[in-house]
Amino acid sequence: MDALLFALFAALAVLCAISMVMQRHPVSSALSLIGVMGSLAILYLLLGAPFIAAAQMIVYAGAIMVLFLFVIMLLNAGAEPKPIRQSILARFLGLPLGIALLGMLGYLIQRTVPPDSVLVRFADAKVGSPQDIGRALFTQYLLPFEVTSVLVLIAILGAVVLARKEL
Amino acid sequence: MNFYIVSLIKLGLVAFVFLTALAYLQWIERKVIAHVQVRVGPNRVGPHGLLQPLVDTIKLLTKEDLLPGHVNKFYYFLAPILSVSCALVGIAVIPFGPKIEVLGVQTYMQLTDLNIGVLVLLAASGLGVYGVALAGWSSNNKYALLGGLRASAQMISYELPMALAIATPLLMYNSLSLREIAESQNHFMFGIIPAWGIFQFPPLVFLSFIIFVICAFAETNRIPFDLPEAENELVAGFHTEYASMKFAAFFMAEYANMVNICCLGTHLFLGGWVPLFPSQYGSDYVPVLLFVLSGIACLYHGLVNPRIKMDGYTLPVFGVLFIGFGLAHMAPILKDILVPLFWFLAKAGFLLFLYIWVRATLPRFRYDQLMDFAWIRMFPASLLLLFAVALLVALGF
Repeated sequence: MDALLFALFAALAVLCAISMVMQRHPVSSALSLIGVMGSLAILYLLLGAPFIAAAQMIVYAGAIMVLFLFVIMLLNAGAEPKPIRQSILARFLGLPLGIALLGMLGYLIQRTVPPDSVLVRFADAKVGSPQDIGRALFTQYLLPFEVTSVLVLIAILGAVVLARKEL
Repeated sequence: MNFYIVSLIKLGLVAFVFLTALAYLQWIERKVIAHVQVRVGPNRVGPHGLLQPLVDTIKLLTKEDLLPGHVNKFYYFLAPILSVSCALVGIAVIPFGPKIEVLGVQTYMQLTDLNIGVLVLLAASGLGVYGVALAGWSSNNKYALLGGLRASAQMISYELPMALAIATPLLMYNSLSLREIAESQNHFMFGIIPAWGIFQFPPLVFLSFIIFVICAFAETNRIPFDLPEAENELVAGFHTEYASMKFAAFFMAEYANMVNICCLGTHLFLGGWVPLFPSQYGSDYVPVLLFVLSGIACLYHGLVNPRIKMDGYTLPVFGVLFIGFGLAHMAPILKDILVPLFWFLAKAGFLLFLYIWVRATLPRFRYDQLMDFAWIRMFPASLLLLFAVALLVALGF
């Protein structure tokens, strides 16, 4: 059952990702990206991390992508016209290079997997509860957490400076 | 196997009751607003217009489904589906009562008890924005687009203070499961004051509750924050170009969102199904008394000098039904189900009534006021409340 769900939503995530790149209309691309995020959230759920799944939906799909969509709608961006002249390099080298990249990735993953590893059993993971994550964030990972918050603060200040009419 | 059967039964019950309640919520809203404005309200179909929701549904189902030529078809169809499914999914994590035992089967009065129940509700309401935004955009209509933009900006803005207001009680209960939250409020301070969220750390959590209610109004695009569908500015806002069942889907989504958010507020701040005073002082008999009294009132008005002839037949029937339902609250097995359900529905119903009451009395905000209110007043206020409650919880009060 778990393996079936994993196959289903992993395939959906890949399909949505391909669709995001292929779509000509920015709104379609944005919605495909939301599809990717939704599928990833379900994969997180399967891995026993309900809090990450919910955070993925609330933060990425529910807030950030809404802003993307908002900007696309506000700018009233239409579908991009099909490019008339494709690069010759891309036409002849695109497919072989892509396959080569996939092959290299596959080889590296194959090599880094330790020989005594076992398959993931989805129902076994039990460390993804909100309590566990909160405790880990405020004890073991306190410094990265605080540093990230300073980073976010700097980004906010930058946005405020950019958005102000006169300094 | 047992689990699947019980789940299916609960699913059927909840789906039926929820959808019927959505239809009748609209009848209640029209009636209450009519009485606030000294009108009669719907009274043509059935006694006191009680069959109005039914005929409204038939009307919406059988109406011609116009498809305007200038819309973006795929997203035009996707938007109402997204909107209504995100709104309906929330009821699955809401508990209606404690653990019960029927015919030897123990079960919770809840569809699923997730340990992230609160977050699921937030995520569903966050995803609901897409339905509204896409509806506005795909309609290719400037009023609809403005409505969609307003709705998404408003919902993003008010999600922030709402999440902070929700975090305040979560600090005290130390859980994200709505059932555990409700159960941890199930005791009484000094033996008489219920340990509901709003009575903790007075008046801090009460202020959080008020912020939550205001944000709930804004999240569901209701008056006084119904800028996305302001009739006198935007025709009907994001659903201007929708007709028939697709319009009904948006309508249903709005009411389902209202119900979800009222249930959430009931669990977080009003103690879920915990009664107003302990059962040793007779709180179990409140529903009995209430229903029997309204039954007697119905009987009196129906049998002694009915105002219209029809009332002479319908009111006694309803009177007997009310009395029977009231007495059912004392029956041995039913008592454990109905009494918590009564208290839960009474509180959620009060919040829903508040929605309708406010709609009948308050005018609409201006758009800049709406945004200022969220970012300059509500957000700092909810943040301060969160800090104060966090400090008190950390100090161990």
